Amino acid sequence: MASIGIPANQAPKTNYLNNGHSLKSWLLTTDHKRIALLYLISVTVFFFLGGFFAMLIRLELLTPQGDLMQADTYNKVFTMHGMIMVFFFLIPVVPAVLGNFLVPLMIGAKDLAFPRINLLSWYLYITAGVLFLHCMLTGGVDTGWTFYTPYSTAGSNTNVVEAGISVFIAGFSSIFTGLNFIVTIHRMRAPGLTWDRLPLFIWANYATSLIMILGTPVIAITVVLVAVERLFHLGIFDPRLGGDPLLFQHLFWFYSHPAVYIMILPSMGVVSELVACFARKRIFGYKFVALSSIAIAVFGFLVWAHHMFVAGISLYAAMIFSFLSFSVGVPSAVKVFNWTATLYKGSISYATPMLYAFGFIGLFTIGGLTGLMLATIGIDVHVTDTYFVVAHFHYVMVGGVLMGYLGGLHFWWPKISGRMYPEGWAKLSALLVFVGFNLTFFPQFILGYVGMPRRYWQYPPEFQVLNVLSTAGASVLAVGYLLPMIYLFWSLRYGPIADANPWNAAGLEWKTTSPPPTFNFDETPVVTWEAYNYDEIPQKELEAPVAR
Amino acid sequence: MSENAEHTSHSQGFYIAIGIGLLVGTATTVGAAFVNLGPFNPIIALLIATIKATLVVLFFMHVKGASEKLTGAVVVSGFFFLAILLTLSLADYLTRSWR
Repeated sequence: MASIGIPANQAPKTNYLNNGHSLKSWLLTTDHKRIALLYLISVTVFFFLGGFFAMLIRLELLTPQGDLMQADTYNKVFTMHGMIMVFFFLIPVVPAVLGNFLVPLMIGAKDLAFPRINLLSWYLYITAGVLFLHCMLTGGVDTGWTFYTPYSTAGSNTNVVEAGISVFIAGFSSIFTGLNFIVTIHRMRAPGLTWDRLPLFIWANYATSLIMILGTPVIAITVVLVAVERLFHLGIFDPRLGGDPLLFQHLFWFYSHPAVYIMILPSMGVVSELVACFARKRIFGYKFVALSSIAIAVFGFLVWAHHMFVAGISLYAAMIFSFLSFSVGVPSAVKVFNWTATLYKGSISYATPMLYAFGFIGLFTIGGLTGLMLATIGIDVHVTDTYFVVAHFHYVMVGGVLMGYLGGLHFWWPKISGRMYPEGWAKLSALLVFVGFNLTFFPQFILGYVGMPRRYWQYPPEFQVLNVLSTAGASVLAVGYLLPMIYLFWSLRYGPIADANPWNAAGLEWKTTSPPPTFNFDETPVVTWEAYNYDEIPQKELEAPVAR
Repeated sequence: MSENAEHTSHSQGFYIAIGIGLLVGTATTVGAAFVNLGPFNPIIALLIATIKATLVVLFFMHVKGASEKLTGAVVVSGFFFLAILLTLSLADYLTRSWR
């Protein structure tokens, strides 16, 4: 295969970015790339809003006594943080931004199968977001992002129903995205692009879409049942009305545990692309990595009750779920080992996206291994509802998902914007994110293990040193997250112009111009090569882009 | 990509009839709730709901008459995941009294 490098000066003058400048051309667009940018802006707003609540939490926990806010306010703050980050950032971020932009490009298609449903998905997301903002500004909600009953149905006097409706609507936004991806990947692949030639990012998004479609309706109906019980006092979850509170937890976690894989799988797909490109090697064990995405999607549905070991489920069920939870470790380990094996004897370069990929592998490994600890009933009983759990899931959901997202955003930024970002600043920010993240969350493992419970705004003075470290880390992390927003925005105007394939990467998305034309390819590509055929692509020295 | 060929199409009147059938099912469910049938109340409600869901899947979702194996795979996987939800939840409920 010849490596196609389209120089910047040969790029066509019309591309998806300058094909219409009016607000209407953006708000009514059906171009998957523009919709990806609409999502990029929206999820970024929610990320910083969720981050603002995170900083309030960390500031409150700087001192043992509750001095920044009252307990009730603290309950609302951590609930807002959790709901915004889970439902409005982590779940949509990689599929809706990078997936929307890249799925058609990577399979040689002109767009997604249902472009108007794609736009509708964004409008649903915005509707849900606006509703949640209204809920927030009119008193907020204090149930925790988990909506646990009977507190959510009978105890809380905050805006539970409105928050539930916004989660319901956001759920349909992700169902539409998943539906679109599945149909597109089945029906619109370029000639010659067989399933065993698909990029692993596509496999990962396909597996994610399966979870979105199969799991999301369950959370949707569950929040409706909460609303029905709260409003009409029908006995579904409240034992006083003949209901069962554990039924809520079964239904909630049937979706919400697989939701972790909705978050992490697309980032794993990103990391596969990055490791192959920056090690200049075909991914070791391609088929195993591809099928491990499907295995994670399936096994992820079998493990939910490990969130309920101390809630009163039967010991026998707990043993079954403990055993099944370990099974998810197998395909996850397949990925980590295969990425590592890909690095072996690779020609590794340490560009910013690869730094994020390294960060992902390290942090996800810690998050995954502590997950196995929590799947062990004896340990879980000891650390349930402590900061150990908080640290564990942040290592997976922030250390994993965000590292993958930022790595992918930097990697494909030249394709998205047509400009290079400043490499020096980007490396600094990757370093700050990694250091800040570990400083924030590693002390929380210790705090949890020695007994500090989550969701309290006060704590004994002996926990203060570790909490101060954690708050200091959060400040470093905040700078690490703010920097990319500043320099990526700056690069839109001042960054060096990118050619079609600045990383000399494999993949169809690099065979069209940067930024791509509205319909992606002038001619439908015909694929005659395997994925990640880096041994056939002439090596070129990756030059660190110099900011003007 | 073939867009229209895979499923059997019915007349507009047929779909309206199915829609009316669904509304009748809803009315029957509500009506049955006002009659005290003891343990049979939820059984009847679930039976009607199952019939309504079957009508939606077969006709509104065009599963009846679909020629593609993929359609069958999608339906089977949906029921498979429902079975996972029910089976593993029952693994808790049915064994709580075990010692």
